[in-house]
Amino acid sequence: MLYINCPHCGMRSQNEFSYGGDASVKRPELNKEVSDQEWDNFVYNRKSLRGKHLELWQHISGCRQWIKVERDTATHEIFRTFKADEEVA
Amino acid sequence: MQKYSIFNLVKNAFSNHQNWDLAWKDPTPKEEYDVVIIGGGGHGLATAYYLAKEHNITKVAIIEKGWIGGGNVGRNTTIIRSNYMHDENGLFSEFGMDLWRKMSQDLNYNVMFSPRGIINLAHSDAQMNAYARRGNSMRLNGIDAVLLNREQVKEIIPMADFSDNVRFPIFGGLMQPSAGTARHDAVAWGYARQADSMGVDIIQNCEVIGFDVSAGKINGIRTSRGNIKAKKVGLCVAGSTNILAEKLNMTLPIETHLLQACVSEPIKPVLDNVVTFGAGHFYVSQSDKGEMVMGGDLDGYNSYAQRGNLPTLQHVLTEGIAMMPFLSKLKMLRTWGGIMDMSMDGSPIIDKTHIEGLYLNCGWCYGGFKATPASGWTFAHTIAQDRVHELNAGYSLNRFSTGHLIDEKGLGTKTWIS
Repeated sequence: MLYINCPHCGMRSQNEFSYGGDASVKRPELNKEVSDQEWDNFVYNRKSLRGKHLELWQHISGCRQWIKVERDTATHEIFRTFKADEEVA
Repeated sequence: MQKYSIFNLVKNAFSNHQNWDLAWKDPTPKEEYDVVIIGGGGHGLATAYYLAKEHNITKVAIIEKGWIGGGNVGRNTTIIRSNYMHDENGLFSEFGMDLWRKMSQDLNYNVMFSPRGIINLAHSDAQMNAYARRGNSMRLNGIDAVLLNREQVKEIIPMADFSDNVRFPIFGGLMQPSAGTARHDAVAWGYARQADSMGVDIIQNCEVIGFDVSAGKINGIRTSRGNIKAKKVGLCVAGSTNILAEKLNMTLPIETHLLQACVSEPIKPVLDNVVTFGAGHFYVSQSDKGEMVMGGDLDGYNSYAQRGNLPTLQHVLTEGIAMMPFLSKLKMLRTWGGIMDMSMDGSPIIDKTHIEGLYLNCGWCYGGFKATPASGWTFAHTIAQDRVHELNAGYSLNRFSTGHLIDEKGLGTKTWIS
């Protein structure tokens, strides 16, 4: 069982969350020309890192907020959690 | 190579089976090969076998980080089927079914292929309609499909829950009678033994740490056991695809996820077929040892752990008990996990890359084992001829940018959502 520290609600079990994938992916700016390759990278291509991975989770059975979680994909250790709009240093 | 036969079995019995030849050798890597296959799983071993057999290319090495057959070919639930709706998947898999039928003879190794049939259960009228459509598509591609009503399903699997007050009543099902199971380890070992006998070097405990690429062309690989020159390199590394892609500065439409399976204690024969639950994601068959072999959803988050987490197992088995209540009486014997190369449309990639001489085989999601022979055969063709075969033409890497997705399940890019 993973335990995720929701920045809004505190420590909760993974059963309350749903996964949202890689949080480092940025949607292309819409006010400029976007190439097919940029869309491709945004929609499909993923690094799928082994080790530290910044990812989105939604606290679906709690506050329903999206949050960012820094987790190790090899050990499943969770290092830090952030609010969705928080910048990650 | 020593042939496996009843006569050799008897002959070797007289010497207490101490004098059998080794099934494959343990060579040290040579300086150079025509083709290097990275990944000694089912697909890699099959690729090397078909390179030698179909294309007469025998200066081939298989580079394996651990031991052959220790990844997903040793961790799956052994199901073989071709019950796909889309032409690309159906024709590819049905070509594979032919190879499965001949495999034990072809490899002189008993892979225990057992065409016991697979039944996908339907739990609503809409699902019955969808199965009728899928079954018709299958039959148009020459694949056997039978639409069963509730009574027919009850006759085949009376132990499923046919009572009136269930949340997901069984309306019927779609059956592919020619689908089945095979002994997964034997598939890896059979391909390895034949490939080795034709001159392929199977190099285990050898990790790839880098690639030698210059002017857009592959020249070789760097490994923990030294540099190896190669004219062509094929990647067949399933859940480790992204790790190697990073060393090539490639970002792929693949995410690595964790999938679990489990077996119960062995019981007397009760289930003749493979059965899948249609209102969730659960499947079950009974092994020759009597264990109920079960699996279902991914754990649902990126992982390289090769070991599972209990909430998903509990969820999957809850579905199993909803489908076949007697499963709740069984004790669990083993659970394990493997890491899946989940592609962004749920279909695989077997293609050339932008690097000359580098070939890619990945994205097998839940269905890598059954594809082993067809994947090896088409990947060998793609490498040997430097062009894709019509069977894997749809499994191109650039289909994601051109929009020619093969989205069999209609899951979109989030194939890990359960």
